Amino acid sequence: MTSPNQVLQGDSCQPNAYKFSPALPSRYKTDGIFKALAWAAVVISLTVLVVLLADVANDGISRINWNFLTSFPSRRPAESGLLSALVGTIWVMALVALFSFPIGVGAGIFLEEFIADSFFENIVEVNIANLAAVPSIIYGLLGLQVFVRWLFPITGGRTILSGALTLTLLILPIIIIATRESLRAVPSSLRQAGFALGATRWQVVREIIFPQALPGILTGVILALSRAIGETAPLITIGALTFIAFLPPLSLQGLRTTFSVLPIQVFNWVSRPQAEFHLLAAGGIIVLMVMLLLMNGIAIYLRNRFQQNR
Amino acid sequence: MVFTTNANLKKPLAFLVTLSVLASAACAGNQTTTGGGTQSADPAATTAPASNLSGSVLIDGSSTVFPISEAMAEEFQKKHPNVKVTVGVSGTGGGFKKFCAGETDITGASRPIKPSEVELCKKNNIEYVELPVAFDGLSVVINPKNEFAKCLKVEELKKMWEPAAQGKIKSWNQIRPDFPNQPLVLYGAGTDSGTYDYFTSAIVGGEGKSRGDFTASEDDNVLVQGVATDVNSLGFFGYAYYVENKDKLGLVAIDNGNGCVEPSPQTIQDGTYQPLSRPEFVYVKKASLDKPEVKAMAEFYVDPANAKLVDEVGYVSLPASITPKVKARIEQRKIGSVFEGRGSTVGVKLEDLL
Repeated sequence: MTSPNQVLQGDSCQPNAYKFSPALPSRYKTDGIFKALAWAAVVISLTVLVVLLADVANDGISRINWNFLTSFPSRRPAESGLLSALVGTIWVMALVALFSFPIGVGAGIFLEEFIADSFFENIVEVNIANLAAVPSIIYGLLGLQVFVRWLFPITGGRTILSGALTLTLLILPIIIIATRESLRAVPSSLRQAGFALGATRWQVVREIIFPQALPGILTGVILALSRAIGETAPLITIGALTFIAFLPPLSLQGLRTTFSVLPIQVFNWVSRPQAEFHLLAAGGIIVLMVMLLLMNGIAIYLRNRFQQNR
Repeated sequence: MVFTTNANLKKPLAFLVTLSVLASAACAGNQTTTGGGTQSADPAATTAPASNLSGSVLIDGSSTVFPISEAMAEEFQKKHPNVKVTVGVSGTGGGFKKFCAGETDITGASRPIKPSEVELCKKNNIEYVELPVAFDGLSVVINPKNEFAKCLKVEELKKMWEPAAQGKIKSWNQIRPDFPNQPLVLYGAGTDSGTYDYFTSAIVGGEGKSRGDFTASEDDNVLVQGVATDVNSLGFFGYAYYVENKDKLGLVAIDNGNGCVEPSPQTIQDGTYQPLSRPEFVYVKKASLDKPEVKAMAEFYVDPANAKLVDEVGYVSLPASITPKVKARIEQRKIGSVFEGRGSTVGVKLEDLL
């Protein structure tokens, strides 16, 4: 009675409406299953995150105090702080943002709006997609040769500037791709409307497309910067230090100062034998995460402002 | 017309332009400072509290020596606030690469300089003074529940670790017949570390020669965790890691033909814990010793008054009988290595060599 053949036969000679109604319960069921799977995915990823955060917070929160933030590293865990690493990270990230935003967004706009669909654009696109997947240590080796050795007269060797330039290279592909995706999401009717009014390409991009795409671009930039802030391998390669007990001067000379960053300090503390240092490492991780949250917060604030202005 | 009057839409552009201008200003300004030379000398240092030394000392090298260098640098800077001391961690080999390229003043090493590194330094005309600064005892550890392997002969360790053991020596009773028939699980330092170089050289008899089927980690805390949770395990790492985890680990005494000797500050210092007691070194660039701040730093390392710093960070300080000899090496600018570039050298008394 209910063999597949019969169902098939019945199907072929019934009107269309009949095909839909009997399957309703099973379609609701599929719907439910998919919903459950989606929830499971959310719960699993959040559980991992919460467990990690709870573990780190449990270990490290007792270590977070003013002294921890304003002291230099020390052999005594109780007196040790991460001032030099924190300041180093702030310097490097500020420079990376400064370099990568104009270059990355500029390149993205050029590729997407000015030379789209040309042969050259296709070649560049493939290469940029590849670059985004290159392991970060490779960028470290590149930075070592180019910024530390060849550009020594400018960067001063193993300095903040070399580190920032290396990380800029690392995240440029991500920013370019994010920029292009955001630009692509702007309806082409807007472009055509602009051209119809007699605007040049530059005017269309500047006045219509870019403001529309900016929130998406900012999201991409912040994701890229979040990757850069946690990078250790390329900075170790170009020679970020581990113990440093002075701060770069707040001038251009500061760019040419040796430095340390938070992930390197954390890595060093984790590898020490004394358990007290492991607690310091947890504290360092918390500080790093708070910085990351702050950066994301600023980006979301900027994004919302630009969205309102639209 | 629409394009030029809508002020709201211009804000993002202004933001972008500001960023670009700032970036280019930073680059341009940077170029103007290129003639400034090193950033180390601080002419504005008018206050000279306890000392009038200034300048910078660049230290790099082994991660094993790092805690010592960190402690020394910390105390040195308290005494000489105008000297900027920085310490990096590139590993013993990576440290020598930088040192022999003339990039650093002092490099830490958990083994003596190797022939290939001697060549590299010679090629770049870098002369150096070798200073032993501390002792470390590589500790062989087992799970605390393991009651039978409290003392092992060097040959037995060799049987476990030699390349020929790979895939063959799998259980404890193959090491000694009266041991139980339980699987043998080995943990050891990563093959890039000076610790691995020294252990293989001391136990197997050739630097870098060992079986490959053991759990290797550059992070000694991972090894501690491994040995602490596996009843059948055996591992090795620096003495400091054992001291900090005494409650989780069992210590193996080593029998080098003269009975079982456990590592302890005494046995490591007087050399009776053999062959796994090893000196830690710093190498100082001879040309840098002409700079008063580097010379002061080098003397600071070997000053008997600072021996307590070495003990504090988990190593064993040099005996008082050796320190005058080490100090004399700085004064005489005695270049080269007492180990004549043989790399890890086992079982020699430092006192005789100096």
